[in-house]
Amino acid sequence: MTATAPTTPTPTPAAARAPRQGGRAGEWFLLYGLSTLGALVLSALLVEATGGDWRPVVNALLDGSLRKPGRWGETLGTAAPLLIVAVGTIISGKAGLINIGQEGQLFVGAAFATYFGFLIGGPGPLNVVLILIFGAIGGGLWAGVAALLKFWRNVPEVLSTLLLVTVGGQLVAYGLSQPWLLLAPLADRGNRNQVSTQLAEDNRLPRPEIFGNEVPLAAVIAVALAIIVSLVLARTVWGFRLRMLGRNPRAAQRSGVGQTRYGAAALMLSGAFAGLAGAAMLAGGGFSFGNYQLVPGFATNIGWTGLLVALVAREKALVAIPVAFIFAGLRTGSSFVGATGVEGRITDVIQGFLVLALLIPPAVMFLRDRRRARAAATERV
Amino acid sequence: MGAFFDAIIDIISSDSTYINGALFAAFLIFAASGEWVAERAGTLNISVEGMLLAGAFASAVGYDVTESMPVALLAGIVGSLVVAAVQAEMSHRLSADQFVVGLTLNILVFGLAGFLDNELEPTTKHAGRWVIPVLSDIPLVGDALFAQRWPFYLLFAVIPLTWWVVYRTRWGLEVRSVGENPQSADVSGIDVNRRRRQSIYYAGFTSGIGGWFLIFGVIGLFEDSVVGGRGFIAIAAVIFGGWTLRGTIAGCAVFAGALSFRLSVQGLGYEVNSELLQSLPFVVTLVGMALFAHRVRAPAALARPFVRGLK
Repeated sequence: MTATAPTTPTPTPAAARAPRQGGRAGEWFLLYGLSTLGALVLSALLVEATGGDWRPVVNALLDGSLRKPGRWGETLGTAAPLLIVAVGTIISGKAGLINIGQEGQLFVGAAFATYFGFLIGGPGPLNVVLILIFGAIGGGLWAGVAALLKFWRNVPEVLSTLLLVTVGGQLVAYGLSQPWLLLAPLADRGNRNQVSTQLAEDNRLPRPEIFGNEVPLAAVIAVALAIIVSLVLARTVWGFRLRMLGRNPRAAQRSGVGQTRYGAAALMLSGAFAGLAGAAMLAGGGFSFGNYQLVPGFATNIGWTGLLVALVAREKALVAIPVAFIFAGLRTGSSFVGATGVEGRITDVIQGFLVLALLIPPAVMFLRDRRRARAAATERV
Repeated sequence: MGAFFDAIIDIISSDSTYINGALFAAFLIFAASGEWVAERAGTLNISVEGMLLAGAFASAVGYDVTESMPVALLAGIVGSLVVAAVQAEMSHRLSADQFVVGLTLNILVFGLAGFLDNELEPTTKHAGRWVIPVLSDIPLVGDALFAQRWPFYLLFAVIPLTWWVVYRTRWGLEVRSVGENPQSADVSGIDVNRRRRQSIYYAGFTSGIGGWFLIFGVIGLFEDSVVGGRGFIAIAAVIFGGWTLRGTIAGCAVFAGALSFRLSVQGLGYEVNSELLQSLPFVVTLVGMALFAHRVRAPAALARPFVRGLK
């Protein structure tokens, strides 16, 4: 056997040429379409296999998220915190850090917002702003614990952020059992245990009514934040440094972008966004989120789902806007699914399948691009 | 303060502390030994949580259908291997980000297990207790180690097996080399991503046993909250143990101690705020990692994907 002759198959002319832009868009479209379809078919098969029927489920989802009166406002209200969490995740993701503790950061942020909101108790609109700011501070500090552990003690942030979710949840639950922290005075809570005092009318984020739907102001804030972050990351020096850190920490370090400084900032900022989302849920969430009160389990998976939104949007803040709306729709729709005789948790499954399926196209494209590049390289030799 | 120390002594001298500790430790070791192999090959495999839950649920369903515990064990391993397959093929064949895949899998398995549990409602029960004579008479630890339900004793097979596979076989050497220096391993003819996939399958195998153990050896029934974040403690144990098998087992023992301490405090009737107590194992885990994580050396290529020609 001769030692020469590389085993790479001779590239077809089409593959060797630099791929055309239009062709690539078509490929992307096809891949994304196929994997989305696959995820949906898989979910439908699961419903059928457990003795349900998938058509009423789809109907219920659409009714619950869009068609029934007042529902699209509800979906917007759910999409807002999801989007804020996702935007924060995108910031830390750009810096190459994996923050997966948003659920805890959100809850701690909401607790900070509640505590300081009542402690200061300023006049209406000013206090709303303060509540939001303290929410962000709370979430940022909670992520700061993970940042401290990472850059001082070398603990992987993947794990510390995750473990801090449980710790944070329990800490806030503790706060909710102590009258000197978060627990409402007996007169305000009736016989319901473990709730904080309800925010006063003038301390809430407004939800103006448009076409019979309550459109929460939080949604507007969320979209604005997504646009701002997208611009900051793409167009400013700070954003550039963050991206450099994410792509090549060593090169970043050599050119003066300290990993500790910028990494910790990115991690804390992403926590701050999660905390802000928590505060926005508290001040503007209405009945979907604790009815302007902090309760145990207040975060109700918004942190996890927001993280998934960021993953699906592939670190693009603007793409996260529609994704957040779709995921919010799955969530608001799920309360209508129960009436069809299929367990409402099917939406969690649909969501999981969708996210997993949407990971495939970029990976496939990455491998194809590499194969093409290599084929082109061997041809030049 | 005197009462505080009395309480501590009361807790560490009670049999139930050791029995619960051994159960938690066994569960963590089942998960962590496989996780350790995967990490030695270079995957920080956070889907171990999902693998445990899938293993627990599949074994519960397997027992519900066949009424046989060995079949349930097989079902558990298969269920866990399915999760491992998705993780392995997506992160080391398609080269998708391993954390993203793992996290998504955890959420998906949680949703699936909850959904299917409500639809199927499998019934399970405890496995029988095997009391080993003489050894079980040792004070304090005798009951904990030698008078458990029989799934517990698989531990004494899984630990040596893992040690032998990693340190005494060619496959194990290749797995370790793949985690340290994939480029060199690649040029010496080892299929890097294949070894990584296989090591994830090994993690799925032991996690399947762990999930089955959790149902039949510890709890006796399935709920979607049975694993409840303890898979992440198993990952922490690997880091705490400095990526050695001995250290990993020690880490599992320490963290299991915290988990069991928490139960004993309540079981013996001491008044401590339950919320703070519940976060204790996680706080201990974080503190443990903060103390030890910077002293140990991780596998050099941990969490770095391998694509030939890209460094």
